[in-house]
Amino acid sequence: MSNEAYAEGEGQGPDVKAFGFWIYLMSDLVVFSVLFATFAVLGRNYAGGPGPKELFDLPYVFIETLLLLLSSVVYGIGMVAMQGGKTRAVLWTLGLTFFLGLGFVGMEFHEFRRLIMEGNGPDRSAFLSSFFTLVGTHGLHVSSGLLWMAVMIVQLFKKGPNSAVRSRLMRLGMFWHFLDIVWVGVFTYVYLVGLS
Amino acid sequence: MNRENTGSVAIGHLSAGKYMVGFGLAVLLTLLSFGLVVTGVLPKPWVIPVLSVAAFAQMLVHLHYFLHLDRSAGMRWNLVALAFTALLLFIFIMGTVWIMTTLNSRMM
Repeated sequence: MSNEAYAEGEGQGPDVKAFGFWIYLMSDLVVFSVLFATFAVLGRNYAGGPGPKELFDLPYVFIETLLLLLSSVVYGIGMVAMQGGKTRAVLWTLGLTFFLGLGFVGMEFHEFRRLIMEGNGPDRSAFLSSFFTLVGTHGLHVSSGLLWMAVMIVQLFKKGPNSAVRSRLMRLGMFWHFLDIVWVGVFTYVYLVGLS
Repeated sequence: MNRENTGSVAIGHLSAGKYMVGFGLAVLLTLLSFGLVVTGVLPKPWVIPVLSVAAFAQMLVHLHYFLHLDRSAGMRWNLVALAFTALLLFIFIMGTVWIMTTLNSRMM
């Protein structure tokens, strides 16, 4: 397929699908905002149990943050490559983004598992309930993004960079960057403020 | 709605440079936030305000350098939608905190 196969709206008119997806992202922001608000209210209710200082590890969170940030940048480079018609490069960057994202989810899953196994699961206290809900919801979003990404890698491989694949990849990119923005809020207000 | 490219940056205008600048700024802001907490230099009442400024700045970096949000005609309605959502977020978060703090103090 040539680079001239523009999606509806690519350089020609409004990209309605991208805008519609942006509106969805705004609604997702609203979902996260109420989870943040809940954490703001309940985040110090330890029920006599452990708090952030006992449970959180900053170097660990820093690595998670870098993984997610890097994955966003790599994805962006992939979009530049897509613009240049370099499908092979796009596939590689998607693969790399996927592994970085998988690393993030893996680390988070490991953290959750450890907490639960030591008896500090979401049922331990209101702090932990709101923690698991907020951070877990973000993690679920990232996991969904990884699934979408795997599907797109297959689609790109099998169908080539046709207009539908390209416009889907743009929307996946928007989703992925959005999740990194939410994570900035998470590491700031859950981990950093908690450990101050 | 403006006819041209509403909703996203049309493919054809992306540059790798923007992503690298965004990455650099984001790393700096992340290091700043983590550094301030690890070294413990911030007095307690300054923690949330200072970290909030850094977080907000980094969100702007992501929005501009990664999501290509700017004040151009093509992004105007995205900005409008974001501004409205920000208003909602302010109401939901600050409103919740206000109500629950007041409730808490009235039940002491």
